[in-house]
Amino acid sequence: MADKNGFFDLSKSTLSRRTALRGIAAGAGLALAPGFVRYSQAQSSAPIKIGFQSHRTGIGAAYGRWYEKTSAAAVKAINDAGGIGGRKVELVIEDDGTDPARGAEVVGKFAKQHKTDIVFGTLFSHVVIGSAPAAGENKIPYFVVSEGHHVASTKLNRYVFQPGITDVKSQIQSMAPWIAANAGKKVTQIFPDFAFGYDHRDYLPAALKAQGAEVIAQIAIPPTESSFTKYFPQIPAETEVIYHVMVGPAVLTFVKELGEFYGSQRPQLFGFIDSLEAVDINSPGLEFLDGSHFWEGSPRYAQPDDSAAQKAYRAAVGIDDNGAAVGDPKDVSTAAHMFGCWETLYVVKKAMEDAGYKGPEDRAKLVEATEALKEFAEGPEHPQGPKTFNGKIHQCFGIQNISKVEGGKLKVVHKTKIEDGLYEPEGDYTTQAL
Amino acid sequence: MKDASPAKTYALHLGVIALLFALNFVLPDYHQGLFARIMALAVFAMGYNLLFGYVGLLSLGHAMFFSAGLYGAGLTVYHLGWGVPEAFVAGVACGALFALAIGLLALRTSGVAFMIVTMMFAQVFYLLILYFAAWTGGDQGLVIQQSSRIITIGGASLDLTNPTVRYMSALALFSVVLLITLAVVRSRFGRVLVAIRENEERTKMLGYDTVANKLAAVIASGAICAASGAAYALLFGYIGSSFASVQYSILPLLWVLLGGAATILGPLIGTLFMYYVTDITSGFTSAYLLIVGVALILLVLFFPKGVLGSVRQRWLGWLP
Repeated sequence: MADKNGFFDLSKSTLSRRTALRGIAAGAGLALAPGFVRYSQAQSSAPIKIGFQSHRTGIGAAYGRWYEKTSAAAVKAINDAGGIGGRKVELVIEDDGTDPARGAEVVGKFAKQHKTDIVFGTLFSHVVIGSAPAAGENKIPYFVVSEGHHVASTKLNRYVFQPGITDVKSQIQSMAPWIAANAGKKVTQIFPDFAFGYDHRDYLPAALKAQGAEVIAQIAIPPTESSFTKYFPQIPAETEVIYHVMVGPAVLTFVKELGEFYGSQRPQLFGFIDSLEAVDINSPGLEFLDGSHFWEGSPRYAQPDDSAAQKAYRAAVGIDDNGAAVGDPKDVSTAAHMFGCWETLYVVKKAMEDAGYKGPEDRAKLVEATEALKEFAEGPEHPQGPKTFNGKIHQCFGIQNISKVEGGKLKVVHKTKIEDGLYEPEGDYTTQAL
Repeated sequence: MKDASPAKTYALHLGVIALLFALNFVLPDYHQGLFARIMALAVFAMGYNLLFGYVGLLSLGHAMFFSAGLYGAGLTVYHLGWGVPEAFVAGVACGALFALAIGLLALRTSGVAFMIVTMMFAQVFYLLILYFAAWTGGDQGLVIQQSSRIITIGGASLDLTNPTVRYMSALALFSVVLLITLAVVRSRFGRVLVAIRENEERTKMLGYDTVANKLAAVIASGAICAASGAAYALLFGYIGSSFASVQYSILPLLWVLLGGAATILGPLIGTLFMYYVTDITSGFTSAYLLIVGVALILLVLFFPKGVLGSVRQRWLGWLP
């Protein structure tokens, strides 16, 4: 084709500065156009990326593994049903090492490198508390399944939510009426001498007092302890119930030594299943627990009255009737907690759809939409049971299970009501700026 | 060590500072944040290096000084509502006071005994943090809210949660500590410290008060580590007992060994290397600590004096 106007003839002076600028502008426009098209498309059909902060290593690794399995199952179920607002969901996983400093880095990595829409995870409270500032600074919603009271305490920030699992203060308050009415009025607490134990130390006495019972002794055991015999003489003789929440690898020793101390004449025992999450209840040394009671968020063992939603959830996650991995009876799950991952992802779906969430620019809308949620009905999305949500303290409230160890299994003997666990809010996140 | 002209030495270190300054404008967002963290922690490693590298005192208790700064700054903001500058000074002062007290006691020992004594004091400090959980937040820790991390000077305010402000604040601290340690090791005091490391008896015979010099080094080292801890609390908004655990006594030792003990820039290189190896490999496998371990073994085999230590030995004898 002839160059009639000499446009390509660089020796000619017809190419003015203005023309050149126009050309550059047009060229730049064309160069950027494909990107713009991709961006527009991203708003409509690109996957929603959820950064999953996982305890893959460190002390929380057993929880991390099951949290991952449950979350992957929930994402599959959500995607099979059409995704969130018609967009597929993609989990991006990073290991937090069960370490608060690394946890904060991981939140930053999700926000700035992976550019995920939200951050989701994790269990251990020190990791959540350590990560919360990074979530607030990056203005990225951070949905946790931690169980601790730290979210509801309103000491974190407006971007942190716990909509899929109740907090320990609520759990303890819910347990107290049953303990006082069925186990005994004089309670001795044995708990680990760190934060998890302190929640029980601080909240149980008042909860029992309201039910006409009392804590007559509190025995804190240092986390470094490997033998417990010397602590048992501190248990008052009039004790009717021993309330124990020991956690960690020394639990088996603790139970064995407690059994040796009391023999067949023991007080009632009430514990939190946190002690034995991912541990086979039939492990040697745990025989002493037969007949004792435990709190469970969601039952480990399949129950005769399980709802269809509960059955479907267990099948999707891949746990058998004993709460172990299908095909591997020794791989016991963290059933009492991990349902929170499933339910939280469905809360995220609901809130994103309510907010008309398109991308990170809508994160503030997502926060407000989550705060506006009030209740979650029991069903496939919430198989553990119905819940209410308090948007001011970013915390859900639900039912709790009390299970008895019988014949090497945990049998649910009582379910609490949502109202049993309600308490006065300690603050209001919605007053904080977004 | 060959002597280099001061101009050459300062030019190198000012060049590094200038490079870090420039990186603020070119690093992607995530790496900008990571570099701010690395610079703050490199200060911790530099403080450790002053004692370990130049005096030859191997402490396993420096988590105590770092966390003294962390809690000194964090708790004064959290409970007393202090401003950022005052809290930072409080943190550094806490670290220096602890260093004075621990130095007076621990310097009565040397070698393995010094390691054990410092580790035991650090463990006591760690357990005290747990014991006074009502004030310290124990193992869960405490969050320093964003609104408390703003410096107001006159009408202007600097928000430490802003990525650029945070990066520049970390760089400012890093630069000041880098130049101070450079000046210290080039000073008469620094040469006495090296003499103590090489032969304490001979230094004593030459008329130097080695105990006083070592005590001064412990205090300087403790204060620098505390500055790092205070900065970490104020820049990143979280204080927790894990920073006082034995892991945080071993980390600076590792960073320093990796980068090169008794080199001024080695702590930065070691911290940078460890952070990035962990960050990159954790994206591929949960066994990333195994890879970190293999990397460390390879470094020990091929760079037994650390990266900069080996560079100095082989090529740049004038490196301070």
